[in-house]
Amino acid sequence: MQQSQPLKKTINPKPMTEGVKKQLLFRLLLVALLSLLATGLGYAVLSLPSSAPGLSELVAENLETSGVSNPVTAVLLNFRAYDTLLELGVLLLALLGVWSFGAVPERRESFPGPVLDTLSRLLVPLLILVAGYLLWVGAHAPGGAFQAGSVLGAAGVLLLLAGWRPGARFVGLPLRITLVAGLGVFVIVSAVLILVGGRLLEYPPSFAATLILLIEAAATLSIGITLAALFIGGRPEAGPNN
Amino acid sequence: MSHVFLYALVGVGLFTLGLYALIVHPHLLRKILAINVMGSGVFLMLVALGRRTPGTLPDPVPHAMAITGIVVAISATALALALMLRVQVETGRAELPEEPLE
Repeated sequence: MQQSQPLKKTINPKPMTEGVKKQLLFRLLLVALLSLLATGLGYAVLSLPSSAPGLSELVAENLETSGVSNPVTAVLLNFRAYDTLLELGVLLLALLGVWSFGAVPERRESFPGPVLDTLSRLLVPLLILVAGYLLWVGAHAPGGAFQAGSVLGAAGVLLLLAGWRPGARFVGLPLRITLVAGLGVFVIVSAVLILVGGRLLEYPPSFAATLILLIEAAATLSIGITLAALFIGGRPEAGPNN
Repeated sequence: MSHVFLYALVGVGLFTLGLYALIVHPHLLRKILAINVMGSGVFLMLVALGRRTPGTLPDPVPHAMAITGIVVAISATALALALMLRVQVETGRAELPEEPLE
């Protein structure tokens, strides 16, 4: 870009001014079209009825059989658990995509300052505790596997920023097992439910709370580790003497 | 209940703003950020429109959809950033080749 573009500009300045004009015209056209789009979308939003129960009544009626009392968790892990199952698959696929680009890219690393170093040591146990609390409280109040998982992921990112790297012992099989645990437990539960005689992810109401907690615990761990692994930006090498 | 529509319209605005930035900026990082702004607009709209229930509790289904969407957006962003770094390694810059407007 730095070689070809300025050369063109100095050789014939006339097309450049035309180019600028065209670009201005293009932007004006773009703004006009996008204003049209925004007006259309705004009109569509405003023409919606101001009171619509949606599916909230249906959820409230069936909340008792779901095993949890937080409607959002009930939707995520019971009524529409299939979405969540596929979503864990998407998370894993994204990580596989990142890993397929090869090993961790080389970066210049600087030694973390004393503040970051100390703070990360203080904060990480606290973040793990908060993640556990969010996981547990998700059954009856705002919280759940994804919130807990992202707090856990933040703890991992903080550790990585403070210079911590996973040891060779963890990089191989243990890391991979943790990464697929969420999806694995989910798939196993749904397969067992089909074998027992139910339909896909149709929990028996008496076991629903246990099953949801089991799936959420595995999912929290997987989500947290996956997010931290995505932050590394490549496949961590399992060096023999690393 | 007019709050709901105010938030939803802000969501529409964010979506359009993101779309403009996505088209105009050649740098890939800006494009990725623009897609995230567009996604935030959609989530804001979903959460706001889920509040139109007659009772005090909002509709949980759009909220669950927003959580699902956020996770998918994070995954896609991470993959896009890795792709961008790869483009930078291969070509030396993180931009799409600019073609002259005809």
